[in-house]
Amino acid sequence: MSLKRIDLLICCGSGCISSGALKIKDQFHNVLQDKGLTNEINIIETGCMGPCDYGPVLVVYPEGIFYKKVTPDDVEEIVNEHFLKGRPVKRLMLQDEEEKTFITQKEIPFYQKQVKVALANCGYIDPESIEEYIATGGYEALGNVLTTLTPQQTIDIIKKSGLRGRGGGGFPTHLKWQMVHDNPEEEKYFICNGDEGDPGAFMDRSLLEGDPHRVLEGMMIAAYAIGAKNGYFYIRAEYPLAIKRIKLAIAKAKEAGLIGNNIFGSDFSFEAEVRTGAGAFVCGEETALMQSIEGQRGNPTPKPPYPAVRGLYKKPTVVNNVETLGNIPSIILQGADWFASMGTENSKGTKVFALTGDIRNTGLVEVPMGITLRELIFDVGGGMIGDHKFKAVQLGGPSGGCLTTQHLDVPIDYESLKERGAMMGSGGVIVMNEEKCMVNVAKFFMDFCVDESCGKCSPCKIGLRQMQEVLKRIESGYGKEGDIEELQRLGETIAKLSLCGLGQTAPNPVLSTIRYFRDEYEAHIRDKSCANKVCADLMHYEIDKDKCIGCSLCSRKCPVSCISGSREEKYTINQLPCIKCGTCLDVCPVKAISKIPGMHPDVQAKREAEKLQQQNQEE
Amino acid sequence: MKTLADLKKIREKAQEEMKLRGGNTRIKIVVGMGTSGIAMGAREVMKTFLEEIANRNLTDVLVTQTGEKGLSSLEPVVDVIEEGKPKVTYGNMTPEKVKKVVVEHIVNGRIVSDYVVATGN
Amino acid sequence: MIKEICQKYAPHKDNLIQILHEVQDQDPQHYISPEAVDTIAEYLKIPVNHIYGVLTFYTMYSTKPRGKNIIRLCESPPCYLKGSENILRKLKILLGINIGETTKDGIFTLEFTSCLGVCGNAPVMMINDDVYGDLTEEKVEDIIDKIRGRK
Repeated sequence: MSLKRIDLLICCGSGCISSGALKIKDQFHNVLQDKGLTNEINIIETGCMGPCDYGPVLVVYPEGIFYKKVTPDDVEEIVNEHFLKGRPVKRLMLQDEEEKTFITQKEIPFYQKQVKVALANCGYIDPESIEEYIATGGYEALGNVLTTLTPQQTIDIIKKSGLRGRGGGGFPTHLKWQMVHDNPEEEKYFICNGDEGDPGAFMDRSLLEGDPHRVLEGMMIAAYAIGAKNGYFYIRAEYPLAIKRIKLAIAKAKEAGLIGNNIFGSDFSFEAEVRTGAGAFVCGEETALMQSIEGQRGNPTPKPPYPAVRGLYKKPTVVNNVETLGNIPSIILQGADWFASMGTENSKGTKVFALTGDIRNTGLVEVPMGITLRELIFDVGGGMIGDHKFKAVQLGGPSGGCLTTQHLDVPIDYESLKERGAMMGSGGVIVMNEEKCMVNVAKFFMDFCVDESCGKCSPCKIGLRQMQEVLKRIESGYGKEGDIEELQRLGETIAKLSLCGLGQTAPNPVLSTIRYFRDEYEAHIRDKSCANKVCADLMHYEIDKDKCIGCSLCSRKCPVSCISGSREEKYTINQLPCIKCGTCLDVCPVKAISKIPGMHPDVQAKREAEKLQQQNQEE
Repeated sequence: MKTLADLKKIREKAQEEMKLRGGNTRIKIVVGMGTSGIAMGAREVMKTFLEEIANRNLTDVLVTQTGEKGLSSLEPVVDVIEEGKPKVTYGNMTPEKVKKVVVEHIVNGRIVSDYVVATGN
Repeated sequence: MIKEICQKYAPHKDNLIQILHEVQDQDPQHYISPEAVDTIAEYLKIPVNHIYGVLTFYTMYSTKPRGKNIIRLCESPPCYLKGSENILRKLKILLGINIGETTKDGIFTLEFTSCLGVCGNAPVMMINDDVYGDLTEEKVEDIIDKIRGRK
């Protein structure tokens, strides 16, 4: 039995690592060693605790005290005051606007509406320790399944739970399993899809890094249910830590006899392997993913045949998402009824979301299905940063649509979102405030899809590029009447005819922003104006002569020397060469420069002249 | 590991190691570790508690600390908190007294009234 | 050297992607040379043009020599919304190069990457395997200076 009296949990999810968590860990090691406290204090590196915005974060047990935005310089104080004198450091605790201090993790508003199922252990255990996973009930589900249930009984439990694929498709998990289970083929495969390419999504990364054994256990239960002896983890190469943790988990499970032959004394034998991607978003699509595992270019193949019939190496295969697998052990241990008691009629259980954008509490959360957007954004997410107002939220990344203020009371479940032109997606939630231009956002997602298109089918390869051209024109002030209708026509056609999910859903951001923010498109086209002053060609910078003090700083800093004037006459921006870099606004000491929506008349006149010239040449 | 029984053994051992993070605590022992407490020997008191609990394998007892208790003349001070029972505060503790408290109070449920300086809140 | 890497894996086409990663990571210029392609083709018994097909499909591979430190700036929407354009501008000024280029001293290559999955700390960049989040122009300058100092 150990003599340790403090468990110091340091969040080492990639988010906190990127804010310097490892330096803090090293500093703790040094200070504790200097003070001879290493026998009394356990340092545990955990996976993601969730609130990325407060990172780097620490939790100190047994009290459960939560420290936010810790720096290496704070370490000495924490050790002296808290560990040695028993006086937790108040200034490092979270405070709200009314200066109320939240001492323990449990009290924090961010966690109040969350229910952790897939993320139960994330931020609580050392992900590199199989013992800690076992301590929280790990591998008991697998043991129960292998020693007391048949594969069909296992599938029935998952059916009863109502679990649907968490990767975005929302397909009932038990159906895929049943199809492959019923297939008389001997050779079957199971694949865990860890190619989380959606911008703004890091649910799967956090789970793979923070609780890799849970995903492995889920995979093994699934493999048993379908009759597969081999499992593959396909993880994108941009997640080196996740790859390392899963490989370690597999090695430790093997050492413990949990992978190999006759697991738990049953007839079930299983081997798992890790394969990585190499920077291709399309490999998140299951057929492209399987091509990639087979060492080919990641081009999707037509469906049917579905992977359940002909998948990896042409054998029946189930591909499940990381989060889907993360739910399996809990469903087995706590029961299908327990899982089905959460959520809505058709969307059972919980969902992990990654909150990003203009929201106060960015980070990773897990909430019951059916929570409203308002609760997610304002209660869990803490609302908008600063005095800004909520404008729109993009759910489901480049495949999803956006929702606006009129949808704040919509419950988050698969069907409700679909009805409104949006989708659950994998869980990325990008929140935008009133300063964002929706045309610009739509174009951004379109650029992404054009880049990631594999090029195999024409509707996607050529069609998306055409949509991109129209958006480029609109954004640069060359939009014309009929462009909106053209985008809609193209979008609907591409969605119908594309070979895979990438092309089928790529038009969604454009189509949904047209649906809810048509006026912004119209202003860009008719008035040549970007009301939010984002689209560079549809806004301009202006110096207010009444405020200008003639200091010439803007003129000197301007990279294209387009500002001229004098102390007496004040300064003016020559709009034609202006590149809209914003340097002048940044440096002006008296805030005399501002952004104005709309193309400047000088620029407009120049374009008219060019147009006329072009017309004359053609005649 | 070949059976569920093997898994259970590993689980129980691992749960013991993770006890500080919460779960099955029947009794919480809080040692006052303010400056005066430490000056009067609170660290040795704490260490003895930890050793005695470890030696007896008392998996449902948690030892923790707090700051100044404000009872300087009675330091080192220790609170024993058990669910459903009034808090018992022992004062002027020494490693020897700790051993007696562990045997009498923690294991056998008999408060050592000679050492008690306060009860309840 | 390359042959040794290959021999760690069974000679099946499936292992191509992992082999390419390891070969690229071991090369100080972080790329896959024509000689490497030939060696791999021979080991796996697959045509050279298949390997080029794969090399040119996946964006993380490079057939051109690159710098010692690959800076990958995330260009995805959450990072863009939090000002990745300013970070890009700063990097271009600090390094004197554009996207896809390598500094003359061979220390840095600047690239875009798709979402790194650290969106809670946007804007984000990765330098080799290290991730840096909550970037500001000052932080970026600090990070580049530290790496330069280390060299």
